[in-house]
Amino acid sequence: MNLRRDVFQAIADPTRRAILVLVAAQSMTAGTIASNFDTSRPTVSKHLQILTECELLKQKQNGREIYYLLNAKKMKEVADFIEPFRKMWDDRFNKLETVMKKYKTKK
Amino acid sequence: MERKTEINAEDGKQELRITREFDLPLELLFKAYVEPEIVEQWMGTKVLKLENKQHGGYRFETSDPQGNVVFSANGTIHGFVLNEKITRTFEMENTPFAVQLEFLEFEKLTDETSKLNMQIVFRSPELRDQLMQLPFAMGLNMAHNRLQETVSKLR
Repeated sequence: MNLRRDVFQAIADPTRRAILVLVAAQSMTAGTIASNFDTSRPTVSKHLQILTECELLKQKQNGREIYYLLNAKKMKEVADFIEPFRKMWDDRFNKLETVMKKYKTKK
Repeated sequence: MERKTEINAEDGKQELRITREFDLPLELLFKAYVEPEIVEQWMGTKVLKLENKQHGGYRFETSDPQGNVVFSANGTIHGFVLNEKITRTFEMENTPFAVQLEFLEFEKLTDETSKLNMQIVFRSPELRDQLMQLPFAMGLNMAHNRLQETVSKLR
């Protein structure tokens, strides 16, 4: 499985982000989740499948029902998704600063 | 270490802002964007072309130790005011990412400190989000690869 592509896609889609927000409030069955959206039930199922495959959602059997709940550990990584981007720029600018400080003393 | 770089990306917008304060006089900060050999040092890429003027352009290229080109980008310089601002486009070659528009504003804070404001405009909010997720996704991918390595060693 191409993990990078999957998680990447999972959080890029607005419906899937909405599903994550819904399930964050409380665990739900696929039917309850689907009733919150105008999209068809199979479409929602597909979204749930993708979210489960990349471990953003977990399934819990409760009698005959399957409940979906957030995988909090994974979500923590997603919530911080801007941080690596910020870090990348921070590292780059730190380097700029170091390079220019050396340049200054050379002069 | 103190956090100096700030990212501001409002939900649903197709732009983002990056701001950073430097312990450098304004002139030195600006020079870091203008002198090709300095750009090469902090960007870690080869500068093939850098024309700092209106209607000018630039090209960057990065190769791996074997000499294969792993990253190339180019853009056009639309506006250039010394020690003040650079307006340019930026496009990564051979990627699905569309060209983006960048407004760089350089500001003097004190004689020894300065500030850079970057506004980047993307073709769509989705493209912006995808681009911001790249380092995240790459980090996750690396973590996954390391995990796989560890697991396969255990076998």
